[in-house]
Amino acid sequence: MNIVVPVKLVPDLVEELEIDESGAALDTTWMRLMVNEFDDHAVEQAILLKERGGGQVTILAPDAEDVDDVLFTAAAKGADRLIKITGPFEEQVNNHALARSLAAVVEELQPDLVLTGVQAHNDLDGPVGPLLAEYLGMPYVGYVSGVTASDGNVVAQKEYPGGLLAEMEVALPAVLGIQAAEEPPRYVAFSRVRQAMKSADISEQAVAELDLSGSPTVGRMFQPEAGERATMIEGDEDEVATRLVEIFKDAGVL
Amino acid sequence: MAKTAVSQSASLNEAFYTSLFEVPDGEQVKKCLQCASCSGVCPFGYLMDFPPGRMIGALRADMFDNVMDTDTVWMCMSCHACAEVCPAQIPLTAGLMTRAKEELLLAGNIPTELQDALENSQRYGNPLGESPRKRAAWTKGLDGDVPILTKAKRPVDVLWFVGDYPSYHPRVQRVSQALAKVLNALGVDFGILGPEENSDGDSQRLAGERGLFEMMAEKNGRAFHKYEFNEIVTTDPHAYNALKNEYPALGISYPVRHYTQFLAERLDQLKPLLKQEVEARVTYHDPCYLGRTNDVYDEPRQLLKAIPGVELAEMSHQRENSLCCGGGGGGMWLDGFTWERAETRLSEWRVREAVAAGADILAVACPYEPPRFEDAAKMVQGAGRLVVKDIAELLADAMGD
Amino acid sequence: MNQDIYVVVEHLRGQAADISYVMLAAARVLAQGTGGNVVAVLLGHDAQELADDLAADQVLYVDDPALAEFTSDAYEKALAGLVEENAPRAVLFGDTSIGADVAGGLSAQLELPLVSYCQSVRADDGALKFVSQICGGKIMTEGDLPDTTTLVTMIPGGFKPEEGQSAQRPEVTPVTAPALEDLRVTLKQYIEPEVGDVDISTEPILIAVGRGVQSEDDVEFAEELAEALGGAVCSSRPLVDQGWLPTARMVGKSGKRVKPKLYLAMGISGAPEHVEGIADSELIVAVNTDPDAPIFDLAQYGADIDLYDLIPALAEQIRQAKGS
Ligand SMILES: Cc1cc2nc3c(=O)[nH]c(=O)nc-3n(C[C@H](O)[C@H](O)[C@H](O)COP(=O)(O)OP(=O)(O)OC[C@H]3O[C@@H](n4cnc5c(N)ncnc54)[C@H](O)[C@@H]3O)c2cc1C
Ligand code: SF4
Ligand code: SF4
Repeated sequence: MNIVVPVKLVPDLVEELEIDESGAALDTTWMRLMVNEFDDHAVEQAILLKERGGGQVTILAPDAEDVDDVLFTAAAKGADRLIKITGPFEEQVNNHALARSLAAVVEELQPDLVLTGVQAHNDLDGPVGPLLAEYLGMPYVGYVSGVTASDGNVVAQKEYPGGLLAEMEVALPAVLGIQAAEEPPRYVAFSRVRQAMKSADISEQAVAELDLSGSPTVGRMFQPEAGERATMIEGDEDEVATRLVEIFKDAGVL
Repeated sequence: MAKTAVSQSASLNEAFYTSLFEVPDGEQVKKCLQCASCSGVCPFGYLMDFPPGRMIGALRADMFDNVMDTDTVWMCMSCHACAEVCPAQIPLTAGLMTRAKEELLLAGNIPTELQDALENSQRYGNPLGESPRKRAAWTKGLDGDVPILTKAKRPVDVLWFVGDYPSYHPRVQRVSQALAKVLNALGVDFGILGPEENSDGDSQRLAGERGLFEMMAEKNGRAFHKYEFNEIVTTDPHAYNALKNEYPALGISYPVRHYTQFLAERLDQLKPLLKQEVEARVTYHDPCYLGRTNDVYDEPRQLLKAIPGVELAEMSHQRENSLCCGGGGGGMWLDGFTWERAETRLSEWRVREAVAAGADILAVACPYEPPRFEDAAKMVQGAGRLVVKDIAELLADAMGD
Repeated sequence: MNQDIYVVVEHLRGQAADISYVMLAAARVLAQGTGGNVVAVLLGHDAQELADDLAADQVLYVDDPALAEFTSDAYEKALAGLVEENAPRAVLFGDTSIGADVAGGLSAQLELPLVSYCQSVRADDGALKFVSQICGGKIMTEGDLPDTTTLVTMIPGGFKPEEGQSAQRPEVTPVTAPALEDLRVTLKQYIEPEVGDVDISTEPILIAVGRGVQSEDDVEFAEELAEALGGAVCSSRPLVDQGWLPTARMVGKSGKRVKPKLYLAMGISGAPEHVEGIADSELIVAVNTDPDAPIFDLAQYGADIDLYDLIPALAEQIRQAKGS
């Protein structure tokens, strides 16, 4: 099976995020990027499928700082082809534009299956997967935590709240949004990544223009004020219980 | 230099066996008497499928595949106890056990807990997964100055290599703050690398990640190279071991001492500053990577004895016989894995010895230990009163305000 | 474009999801701003009674066997025509396994803008404002809904489900489904979660107990509270070490990372190794007799009170609150 996995880099939340002078975008001066965690699961699921049934895994990523490392790591894990999409991505690109650029490249690769991470934490205009599926004219199923391939279709395990699973039969070619691979993403020894840096090739494909339509305009960004220390609830057990019930109600858990 | 992966070669057994010869004194492995002293002294020897001697036996029988199928090699905390007693003087910890972990890791046979720490190390330069930009956050609000070299823009006498846990772990940050106070009181001309400092990588190396170790060592090497200083002093015995014994082979060679050595040399200057009595029976835990591995036994004890009021008591296992706290060689990141197999913690065993020695204070000199022993003291009967303190903290306390 | 606000009702195996009501409450706020109606769109088969308690001015009901249970392909086909023909001001979907599967496709197909992770909306001087939560809740993004039919996927938290429920049955207008043929996605079967232990990493409500609990029997106490609240019990490491709770219930560095909506920590000091596992919780409430316990540095609310006194009182009040 010919599997394509587009991955994207997102701001690393371990670092403090800051908002830039415009007040409507993240400050990128100190921002560190990392691979979207769900995309990491998509890569793992693709490699598991290949190990089980053979085929080829191609990883696609839009250009960004450190993206080569992400691609080489995927190669060390077992991906066969690495493609970097270059273009004016330094601007605050949105997922509509990204999906359109990816679609052009994916189409040429003629995949049987496209796996993406089900979402990323900065998808203000929706996740990449369903957009890409539509631009490619393929069906989409998201929240997937297991994939079995058979002739001309796959059976995807789709997750619903409360642990309920649905088995969806999806005709190929298709796009799946991976929530969790069947196995946790594997660890590859750093020496293997270094080997991949020497032996694997990253081919580049240029996108001339980005079509950003489809996303809302951000007026303002702000950080929810972080509490310093817990607000202490005074009183005896009944008073504390009463206040807690109110707090639980406000939080929507009661 | 990176040891090449041998996993794919025709005979893994053969390739693995001969790769052991590359470690200094590695050929001693041929002389193993199968005496089992190693398995006996190993704190988890009774649980390992292949403790060192048995692994050598398996290698001789061309059965290394069986070793690769097990996961109990991950019970090894690189404590050096086996290497210490081996009559054939085989480098069991540095060679055999570490190489075995490297092979397991290359084959992807690695506990998930450990995977997180390694991924964090790769991405953030520390196993805790903290922001590298916050590496010097512990210095905020201190009385004394802790100069960061990029900002200081001047040569210093001492480059203080702080280490991962002393930089980030809330309990161990207090140790760093105490040491800063002591260094300032002594008028030492020092600086730290701050965000430019990376994990020393030694525990990652001993957990089988040699490639990662080399990458981090190179980063530290580049940072060292930017500044002028006379020597490196470190809070962390693991960093000390790496800088002293491993970095030079990578072309990164600087004089280095553990802080206890550095301070012991200044005892005359230090003693008059220790005015506050610490009325307590104190016992000292020899960290594996300061004591057994690098033969530093006396300096920590000299510092403790210099504190007025301190009565030094020894535990039954001490000096080269010291019991491992369980944190080395990746043990710090395999807590759940180890517990599942052993249902005990070495740190608890050690705390029991401290209680048996009648100690009020368990003094330590390795940043893995305050959190490990304080946690263990909560579980051990009769350890409720036991206080765990780093020697730097005891010295700072004795200096008063 | 008209000024109505559409809500795509989510349901699974005959049960409407809470998010449907949350969206109706949000839709009401928007409709008051536009002067349009709140229109619920119900796709299903023999599912008309699901319309009964929807707080909508009108329900468009599309009945087709292919819509009996959710599949993305059938939903998308059924919705595309409806949205295109009626051109409402906005269409709300859940940011869920259902809504997120179709909103993107519709956005791309109909060339309509899409706003995700939307937590709240308001009408402000003719403009319709959204607030979305991105970067795992670390950043809030505010903006105007574009001046065209806009698709919105909503997360809970901004509105209460009760506000989207009504005792009055809304007017239901049947709508004919387009031909739902050649579907590329079909539901084969549902698989029930394995009855085994709960997975605390996905539980929305966690009652966490630590060494403040004195004996194995007292863990029962916490179980009772969890039952009253509808959550699961988890713990710090020492309780697991003693065998009072299975390893799968341990939270922290050596245990699981959890991200519940509520983490109620009782008798837990807040050691760094424990705290590492709970940082992504939405709301942390701590109960500890020591007012200086580090757990209070992390919790939003705290009480320095004996957990043995609090648990019975709290369980009782929760039962009352639920009963009423
Ligand atoms: C390498 C390593 C890994 C570790 N991994 C984990 C891990 O994954 N998860 C984990 O949890 N720990 C882990 N630990 C252990 C951790 O360091 C702490 O020891 C542990 O979390 C403490 O658990 P606790 O808070 O329940 O107990 P304690 O620290 O003993 O706290 C008990 C608290 O209960 C309060 N209390 C007592 N009685 C009452 C009462 N009647 N009512 C209300 N409050 C009361 C006390 O004031 C106290 O604050 C690890 C430690 C190490 C060294
Ligand atoms: S102690 Fe040395 S000689 Fe004895 S069995 Fe172990 S490795 Fe062999
Ligand atoms: S280094 Fe320590 S833990 Fe490892 S095998 Fe030797 S004695 Fe055992």
